Amino acid sequence: MTFDRRSFLKISGAALGIGVLYQVAPLASAEASETFRLLGRHSGEAVTPFSFIQLSDAHVGFSGPPDPLGTKAFERAVEMVNALPHQPDLVLFTGDLTHDSEDKDVHAKRMQNFREIAGRLKTKKLMCVPGEHDAGLDGGALFRENFGPTNYSFDHRGVHFIALDNVSRAKPEVGAEQLAWLKKDLARFSKSAPIVVFTHRPLFDLKPEWEWFTIDGDDVMNALTGYENVTVLYGHIHRDDEHHEGHAHHYAARSLIFAFPEPTAPVKKPYPFDKDQPFKRLGIRVLSAAPKQPLAVQDVELTLREYSGLNGIQQILKTPTL
Amino acid sequence: MRLPHRRITLAVLLVLGVVALVPHRTRAQDPKVINITAKRFEFSPNQITLKKGEPVKLLLTSSDVVHGFFLKPLKIDEIIEPGKTTEVNLTPQTAGTFLLICDHFCGVGHANMNMKVIVE
Repeated sequence: MTFDRRSFLKISGAALGIGVLYQVAPLASAEASETFRLLGRHSGEAVTPFSFIQLSDAHVGFSGPPDPLGTKAFERAVEMVNALPHQPDLVLFTGDLTHDSEDKDVHAKRMQNFREIAGRLKTKKLMCVPGEHDAGLDGGALFRENFGPTNYSFDHRGVHFIALDNVSRAKPEVGAEQLAWLKKDLARFSKSAPIVVFTHRPLFDLKPEWEWFTIDGDDVMNALTGYENVTVLYGHIHRDDEHHEGHAHHYAARSLIFAFPEPTAPVKKPYPFDKDQPFKRLGIRVLSAAPKQPLAVQDVELTLREYSGLNGIQQILKTPTL
Repeated sequence: MRLPHRRITLAVLLVLGVVALVPHRTRAQDPKVINITAKRFEFSPNQITLKKGEPVKLLLTSSDVVHGFFLKPLKIDEIIEPGKTTEVNLTPQTAGTFLLICDHFCGVGHANMNMKVIVE
């Protein structure tokens, strides 16, 4: 029996205005049902429908011309997630929760501030990985005090989630020890298991001269070779991006603070703040898959209600996938 | 058989002449040396120009913390530690303008620490 692996999951992003909502749902066909039965056997749990959110790069504590509004976008994102008619099971945060400070106490307060805002989420299952602004100065010590290990894995409704840390070693790398852990972690899964990797930096060479890469990203992807249903979610680049290579599909989430230009731009310089559209380019990605069809991807730029009228939130509430 | 004194003198002069020429040719192939200092959050100088196909020696030092020195197209990936000199020998084969970065997180301004490398 052969399967179209992309038909295992319906992964659809919804118009949140900020962040990304992923919806995971088994397909209705008899073939898909058989597939999910098999997946359930391999992972120990059958895949059942659920949704989850990816948020990224809040940089709590940042203050500067590209975004003088501080945590406003992050706070608004939390409100919008809470307003969803159907609450997501999980919220994944792909790094740079905070902006770093040479003063440890200041950085610790920023982490507390992040936790206070994130704590307003109705969804209590918040899974984080650090960014270099969280972990670069102390090797991840403050992050671990607040959230536990910087790399880990868990299963949720038949999907295997892997949190990878590519920031705590000072160099942009995962490192040999974590690679060994990853291979061991993957060993119990069949090649058809649905796997979601979430991390901070891209695991491919998006633009190394802007540090948009992971030195040993190829080693990570080689470890995932043969797994036929791999989605990689990351942040760091403060913009949307998608990259498909072999068995894996990579998606970047926009940030909650300011946006960077596309990788083809000559200079890595944040877009200037636009007081008329203060959260411009903080939109979302919409992803959906159908049987025997490639992933359909829709990128939607929205604005925030209090600054730009009700269009954004109305669009969200009308989204049928929610 | 003993060589005439004059012949010996000529031979010595010939050898000396050859020896005098060799260093001259070797000097022409000696790599250009460029000293680069890293400190948070800049390289000094912040721009260097190299010649395609000509060897160059970069001597790297840090005046504060550990820095990275990374330029993938030229296969450069080094660590610069305070108190040590890191030597990088290379012969660039690709012309162009490249952005070399510090890829060892060194503080809040780390993301902006880079230098331009021009290969003509």
